Amino acid sequence: MIEPTIYELSQPGRIGVTFPEADVPRTSLPREFIRSDIALPELSELDVIRHFTHLSKLNYSIDGGFYPLGSCTMKYNPKINEEVARLPSFAHTHPLQPIASVQGNLHLMYELQERLKEISGFHSISLTPAAGAQGELVGALIIKKYHQENQDPDRVKILIPDSAHGTNPATSSMSGFKVVPLPSDVRGNVDLEALKSECDETLAGLMLTNPNTLGLFDEHVETVIELVHEAGGLVYGDGANLNALLGVLRPGDVGFDVMHFNLHKTFSTPHGGGGPGSGPVGVSENLAEFLPGPIVKIFVEGDEETLPFFGFYTPKYSIGRMKAFYGHFAMHIRAFTYIAMHGPQGMREIAERAVLNANYLMTRVKEDYVLPYDRTCMHEFVVEGAWKEKPGIHALDVSKRLMDYGFHPPTNYFPLIVHEALMIEPTETESKQTLDKFVSAMKGIAIEAAEDPELLQKAPHSTPIRRCDEVKAARDLVLCCWIPED
Amino acid sequence: MMFTPHTPQEIEEMLKVIGVDKIEDLFENVPEKHRFPELDLPEPLTEMEAADELDYISSGNASTDEFISFLGAGAYNHYIPAAVDMLLRRGEFYTAYTPYQPEVSQGTLQAIFEFQTLMTELTGMDVSNASHYDGATAAAEAANLAYHFFRGKRKNILVSRAVHPQYRETIRTYMQGLENVVVLGDEDQADMSTGLQQLTGKIDNNTALVVVQYPDFFGRVIDYTNLIKIAHTQGALVCMIFNPTALGLIKPPGDYDADIAVGDGQPLGIPLSFGGPYLGIFTCKKKYVRKLAGRLVGETVDEEGQRAYVLTLTAREQHIRREKSTSNICTNQGLMALAATIYLSLLGKDGFQQVANLCYQKAHYAADQLSNIDGFELAFPETPFFHEFVLRTPKPVNEISDHLINHGIFPGYDLSEAYPEMNNHMLIAVTETLSREDIEFFAATLEEVAND
Repeated sequence: MIEPTIYELSQPGRIGVTFPEADVPRTSLPREFIRSDIALPELSELDVIRHFTHLSKLNYSIDGGFYPLGSCTMKYNPKINEEVARLPSFAHTHPLQPIASVQGNLHLMYELQERLKEISGFHSISLTPAAGAQGELVGALIIKKYHQENQDPDRVKILIPDSAHGTNPATSSMSGFKVVPLPSDVRGNVDLEALKSECDETLAGLMLTNPNTLGLFDEHVETVIELVHEAGGLVYGDGANLNALLGVLRPGDVGFDVMHFNLHKTFSTPHGGGGPGSGPVGVSENLAEFLPGPIVKIFVEGDEETLPFFGFYTPKYSIGRMKAFYGHFAMHIRAFTYIAMHGPQGMREIAERAVLNANYLMTRVKEDYVLPYDRTCMHEFVVEGAWKEKPGIHALDVSKRLMDYGFHPPTNYFPLIVHEALMIEPTETESKQTLDKFVSAMKGIAIEAAEDPELLQKAPHSTPIRRCDEVKAARDLVLCCWIPED
Repeated sequence: MMFTPHTPQEIEEMLKVIGVDKIEDLFENVPEKHRFPELDLPEPLTEMEAADELDYISSGNASTDEFISFLGAGAYNHYIPAAVDMLLRRGEFYTAYTPYQPEVSQGTLQAIFEFQTLMTELTGMDVSNASHYDGATAAAEAANLAYHFFRGKRKNILVSRAVHPQYRETIRTYMQGLENVVVLGDEDQADMSTGLQQLTGKIDNNTALVVVQYPDFFGRVIDYTNLIKIAHTQGALVCMIFNPTALGLIKPPGDYDADIAVGDGQPLGIPLSFGGPYLGIFTCKKKYVRKLAGRLVGETVDEEGQRAYVLTLTAREQHIRREKSTSNICTNQGLMALAATIYLSLLGKDGFQQVANLCYQKAHYAADQLSNIDGFELAFPETPFFHEFVLRTPKPVNEISDHLINHGIFPGYDLSEAYPEMNNHMLIAVTETLSREDIEFFAATLEEVAND
């Protein structure tokens, strides 16, 4: 059943929420500025509640089922996070309040900075970036400004492995760098020979995702970093896959110079149907003064009885402000709570169980699917969603058929270096029973692919809608409830 | 541990299937020297302890519940109907991700489609995307769009000095990587008549974009008709940064023939939360739709001919175009866009106009009361304003603030922080949440300071 839009449900004259009458004398607005009409929908509160409740039921979610979307770390989002982020003393504070009246907020941000430092091994943290992609932009701009300040403006080249997320090259060109792709070797590592040949005086840096998007830990990561450093470049770590490294390896310890965190992946803040994310950035000591502000620091030390007095500061060579105010504070609260509930052992347990789940699932799934890079994986792995002996079946068909079995599909067609890729990330919060059910579904689909290919090609069959005409969407370009006149 | 479900026996079984003895064996690729560091973190808290701890930390704040707040300057305290958060808390919404698989994401997709519709109606523009991070980054993306629209040939981005100072900084940050792009405007006067003239005087055939704010940072409602005409004569684009609540009452950017209109959607049902997450609204004329960064939802049909929604024009985006895409934006502010959609649906035409009108009336009453105190006056008495205005004070604002804070008032924003020449100027915002008594109490308390 199609749910009507809010405009189709609207009844002229119906009123939802009302406000008190003005308790002050009336002033009129100059005529030339008055808006003649505004066509907002007219609904009752119950109309609105039912409409959005109906819509919510058309969604797949982590709360509803297994969501093995590779590279997105769709772990359970603890409910306590939602409660504490809404505490009125946090949620009802204005960003420009007197600093003495928001010491609680700054205390929390300071603690989160400190704990992220400890977890990652970096010297300094800025919490301001709004999402992972913005964190990447921060990293690239820092690399650029670092070379400028060092009177080394000819360093214009950023190396990016061919397995990288699309945001890496997009970020680099937004920052004015020349992007040079690096091939992967047969074991899925950065190709060292190719890297060496690019290490020259124009090298600004390397953007490295480790574990990479194949879910593999680069076996030569220390050599890779050393080569880039020797050539005068900096190494950017894409923190998208940090979940596999919590309590296992601190990226700062192996020489990464700058890295962003995805609080919405690793630290359990909800994905929200596509945001808000939160993408703090950590850097080594030599880059600390390039971070975007404001950053929280202690202005007056505390003692056993009184807390320190916190304030904001902006680093000396800062690349500048990334957004208004101080980042996604309500996400900082959630991530802090999650870290506080885990402690040192809990951090390591997250990574260990995520890697255990991924290797278990990989071992079972590869019985029926081609695993192009067959070695111990970290938190995720990539198989091919197609078979030579079953032509006509694509990764997309396998994905769509998984929906009929009650699962969200893995990431499709990424990374680009795997043919018909299905990228699977189970996360640590899934039980063996759930993984076993998923394995049964994957096995069932592999059999169906041979016996009844049309069943897959026409899938999904049990979802609220069937496959969509994406060509029509792009051609007709209907982007709102009515079509604007040209 | 609380959120990992494995029993010791299951771990044994799983390791056996994998073919290793212990979990540590799965990490042999990690350099041994650095493997399994001791983390110096506090011991874990149970949920009950964590709830207490967070409650304790939050008690270090004083909130707008306890204080009468006249702060605005980019973040506004509005009443949020209970139904907004009740719906946002549905796990089906907030624990879903970007709707890549339309068959199981119609809820999110239709909500974004409705958001896009509401935003085009609100602004009078043709097209809205699925949102950006906040108003400041939306403005920076407008500069980015203009730069790419002219293929990097026009180098100047003119930003009025009466645009939010943090938005101006953000635009500069985003532009620094692009070759030879110059952001101008900071050298102008903040004063409207001279400042606007100075800005208009700079528009030429090297101008990619002119950025103005409406109402401007000082709350003033300014007629940009002439500026936009001049910009268009020179072939430049114009971006208007708007306040969404104001558009319940005043003419929308579309009526001025703006090319791009962006704003922060925080006033539409999103709590203050110390500055974020908020909502970047990005709308434009139809002809720029293919240059637009960020996600777009389009209507189509499924195989059975049913109406359905999908992410569309994805070929513009980073995951397809990689280094050739114009922006790296990946997530949007999905849940915040949903909040705004629910808020506007609940208030509807009538409620939304009522809120805008209440803001306008109360702010004007406040301006009247405050400017009647000896030694205080409006900085721009001749210019119309919406719900924010500048009060000139007899002493520097920081000398007045303590007294007000001691009486339970958060005074307006001290403009000297961003405009050194505006000592003794306070930017005051008034929304529907303040009563006549609150305003009169503010006036009475200010009068005490003046007489100190």
